[in-house]
Amino acid sequence: MKSLAELQAIKDKMKDKVVLREGSAQKRVVVGMATCGIAAGARPVLNAFVEGVNKEGLSGEVAVTQTGCIGICQYEPVVEIFEAGKDKVTYVKMTAEKAQRVITEHLKGGKVVTEYTIAAYAK
Amino acid sequence: MKELSLNILDIAENSVKAKAPLTQIILTETEDVLTIEIIDNGCGMTSDIVKRVIDPFYTTRTTRKVGLGIPFFKMEAEQTGGTFEISSRSVTEYPDDHGTAIKATFHKDHIDFIPLGDVVSTILTLIQGHPDSDFLFRHTTPKGEVSLDTREIREELGGGISLAEYEVIKWIEEYLKEQYQTN
Repeated sequence: MKSLAELQAIKDKMKDKVVLREGSAQKRVVVGMATCGIAAGARPVLNAFVEGVNKEGLSGEVAVTQTGCIGICQYEPVVEIFEAGKDKVTYVKMTAEKAQRVITEHLKGGKVVTEYTIAAYAK
Repeated sequence: MKELSLNILDIAENSVKAKAPLTQIILTETEDVLTIEIIDNGCGMTSDIVKRVIDPFYTTRTTRKVGLGIPFFKMEAEQTGGTFEISSRSVTEYPDDHGTAIKATFHKDHIDFIPLGDVVSTILTLIQGHPDSDFLFRHTTPKGEVSLDTREIREELGGGISLAEYEVIKWIEEYLKEQYQTN
């Protein structure tokens, strides 16, 4: 059985890591989690980003966060990616599978997945 | 919504938005009935606003303060022959005892009952998105009980480590899943 005492081990392990990480996230992934987003499938999309960013070893530079209604409910699930010095990228109609590609190609590779962006859908 | 756990996520997001230090998510199951309670100590609402949040026609496209989340949840409960109640005490009227409580019951054997779904994922999403808010989760079934209190986790971790850290979220996931397996 797991016990709360195990958190002590996590705490010790994390100490150095947290110090390293402070303020170092250069990229921010924001997932819309209002009624519209949740109903359209934002929860698995968020989980895919949380898992994928960790798996690819990007947790030091990418922060995954949530927000309310972004205002384009018909395109949910919507994911915005902010990066210092660059234009915001808005991905629409996201799925966990698409999230995986955004992680490897955009967050890791630095190349926007144009076909998933709002510009590609709104045409 | 495809799962009631998504409604729980949606409604608990309102609690966080109401700046609730603590949001309680209490699920109680008997053989036939599922009861979902979401209780927060956030800023609450005046009785006038409470009346509006259950009516989608009052709320859409006026202010963006409230939306379809509550009407959906109410409909999903009532379509199983269940009930829905909401009560709230606003911080302006009750500065020492404010917050909102929602209680819905569902008849599990009704054809229109939407399954609860992945409630663990909902709890993890709430903690990941709002690591500074506290959540108390309890799911009681005829077989046993699953529970989690982020205040205990926070105390164990001490300050300085966010509950949104991947390692912490992963631990909470395993902690909950293990409880579901043994209950």
